[in-house]
Order: sequence, then C-alpha cells, then structure tokens
Amino acid sequence: MLIRRDTGIIIATLIIALLLTVLPMSDWLLYFRPQWVALLLIFWILTLPTRVGVFWSFFMGLMLDVTAGTLLGQHALSFSIMGYLVVELQQRLQLFRAWQQALSVWLLLTLERLLSLWVLGAAGQPTPALSYWFATFVGMILWPWLMILLRDLTRTLDIT
Amino acid sequence: MKPLFNRGTSATARLALTVPLSLSLLVADLHYPQLDLLRSTLSVVVFPLYYLAALPARLGETLEGRLADEKQLRLNNAQLHNDNLILQAQLQKYAALEAENQRLRNLLGSAFKVGERVLIAELLEVDLDPYRQQVLVDKGENAGVFIGQPVLDAQAVMGQVIRTNPLTATVLLITDAAHSLPVQVNRNGLRAIATGTGIINQLNLLHLPKKADIRPGDLLVTSGLGGVFPPGYPVARVTEVRAESGERFATVIAEPTARLERSHEVLLVWSAPSTSPSLLPDTNTPAVSSTNPPAATTTTP
Repeated sequence: MLIRRDTGIIIATLIIALLLTVLPMSDWLLYFRPQWVALLLIFWILTLPTRVGVFWSFFMGLMLDVTAGTLLGQHALSFSIMGYLVVELQQRLQLFRAWQQALSVWLLLTLERLLSLWVLGAAGQPTPALSYWFATFVGMILWPWLMILLRDLTRTLDIT
Repeated sequence: MKPLFNRGTSATARLALTVPLSLSLLVADLHYPQLDLLRSTLSVVVFPLYYLAALPARLGETLEGRLADEKQLRLNNAQLHNDNLILQAQLQKYAALEAENQRLRNLLGSAFKVGERVLIAELLEVDLDPYRQQVLVDKGENAGVFIGQPVLDAQAVMGQVIRTNPLTATVLLITDAAHSLPVQVNRNGLRAIATGTGIINQLNLLHLPKKADIRPGDLLVTSGLGGVFPPGYPVARVTEVRAESGERFATVIAEPTARLERSHEVLLVWSAPSTSPSLLPDTNTPAVSSTNPPAATTTTP
C-alpha cells in the first residue's frame, strides 16, 4: 500500500513538471524556462535510487516528446543517458555540498541539452541560438531551492 | 532492506535497452509514418495536460469578457459593424470578379473550381518545443481534420496539419525548417519554393537564378502545384533580394503575411476536389471528400 502511494506522488510531481513545460509564458521568458522534467527526475533518482532510474527517465522523456511535439525519442534518449549517469553517481552526488551539487546538476542539464542538440541536428533542424543554453543555468540556480522544497515534501509525506 | 551496491550492472543493462530503443524511435519517427499511431494514442493521454495548461489563459479571457464595461462593448460593436460593412462591399466586388473569372475559365475549358469549405479552430494556449515552429489547434479527427490539411489565418497561409488525434491537431507552420511550399510571384507568375528557416518571420526562396524578375515588396501566393495548398492564397512578401558573387542562386528572403505568432483563430480548409485540369480520366479523385466533416461547418459562397 505504501509503495502505491509513493509511486503516486512521484508521478504527480512529474506531471506537474510536464505541465510547467507547456504552460504558456510571455515570449521573452520562453528561453529561460528550466528543464523541469529533467530536474524532477534528478531529484527523484537521488532520493529514491532503488525506485526511480533509467526506465523512469526513458518513459518521462517519451511523454515529454509527445507533449512538447519534439521528435519521438529525442528526450527519451537524452533523459535515459542523463538518468543513467545520476544512478551511477548517486552515492557521490548525495555527499556533495549544495553548490557542488548545483554544479553537477548544471553539467547533467547541459549534457541533456547537448544530446537534444545532436538529435535536432541529425533531423536537419537549424542550430538554435545561444539562448538554447540559458535553461541549464536557470536550472542550476533553481536546484538548491527545488531540492529544499522537494525534500521537505518527501519528509512531510514520509517517503524514504 | 535496501540493497546498497547492486545498482550498477542493472542500470547499465537498462541503458543498453533504452538507448537503442530511443534511437530506433527517432529513426522511425523521421522516416516512417506508421509511428503516428503510437504518438496519437499517447497524445490523447496528454490532452488533459494541454487543457490544464491552457486553462489560466482561457479563464483570463472569460474574466475579461465579463468585466468589459458596456461602453467598451458598444464601441467594439460599432467598430465590428463598420468592418463588416466594408468587408461586405469588398465581397460584392469579389463575387463579380469570381463569376467573371469562372466564365473565362469555362471558355478556356479548364476544370478550375473555386469555393472551399472552411472550419474555424482555436489555437490551444500551450507552449510546444520552442525550437520547432508548430502550434496546436482544438479541432481533431472528430471534426474531420486530416493530415496535410492547409491552415490559414485571416491574412494568409499559416501551415499544414502534420499530426491529428481525435481531439487536437498539430500544425506545422510555414517557417519551420522542415516545411516547404510552392509559391509564385503574384506580379508575374514566377514560380519558386518557399522554405522555412526556423525563424518565426522569415522564409527563404530557393533556387532562383540571379537574374530572376523578383524584387522587394513582391507578394508571393500559393501556386497550388504541391497539391496541398489551394492556389491563390497570399503567403509572404519579399523583403530582401541579394545576388552574392560566389553563390549560384540569388538569396531571396520573404516575410510571411500571416500573423504566425499572434493569431488566435485559424481556418482549416477543405479544398474543392480536383482543382487542377488533368489529362487522365477522372479516376483518382482525392480522398478528401470521404473525410469531409459533418454539417457543423461554415461554407464560403
């Protein structure tokens, strides 16, 4: 029964992340939209490494592809590689201080963008402007706060 | 008890499964249309998400409608009345011209038919991937929307439908880098291909010789050659023509006349079947007629 509730909460937060990804915003804010789904996935893998992993990342990437209208598999690919790295490095990442962790998260987010860029290029899309990389920095700045917020949430809901 | 160290191999094995899977999905989505079924099934699951995301914008609109004061509404009404009068006057002239055009074409013996069916759809207020030029509209297969259907706004051609599911349809805008459409210069009938650049207000005209008779300010209209867009709709206005030495063709840049980033309502068009004269006996009428929607549509005269 407890397992069910945990999964429900993980799915709920990920759905909110998807929602934030397509929520309409004014044009100048568009390029500062953080990679919500990626951030949430990193958090859940760090918190529940035995539950959330590569398959979750792959599936969420697929859902993001469908929602955002990108090529099917674009985010599935980048998220599963990113998720794999987090699973592998999770024990080290958990020991890091907040700023070290934020920096590693920036690296992971940049890797995700890089893989997406590669897919865009392979599909014949033009190389996006420099603003393409802004989201990774927004994600890095956001990470400590998101971490605190979500950790509080998991503690209140007693998810370990 | 949680195992501490047995994650590595299993995660690697999973990665070895998901990476080839996503790569094959990518290739399949790029080259084979069969995957659309998977996507449209999944997008039905996602539809409530779109609905939720569009909710704040929609609520704001309703609230604005409720709160608008009477004076404002009266003013609006008067303005719309005036616009309507002007448009109707223009339409009268247009109707006469259309009749004349039809008569002349009949004299020439060509099977040209004007008169297309349109359906008004609203854009769903959601932000799709900002690196592709595509929008979502709130009419889908249930309203008879089909893949390849042309989409216009009040001014000009906007794009075409690339994906449908029962409730929504995805429209690829003409400025997407994967989109090309056959156009001709309205002034002299010069034909060209207008390709998107991935920038919202820019089109490139490919393979035009340097001495082609085209200049800034020329209006480009659809030529109807691709069979997707009905002929004669405005597309873009040429903004820049350059003949660079070293390049084989002229660089021609045009700006779409449609308000691609601002339109709220769009028109989905059903072209009249067999618009171009054909030499073969009429066996291959397009499948468009079978997918025509039920009666809840407006018809242009």
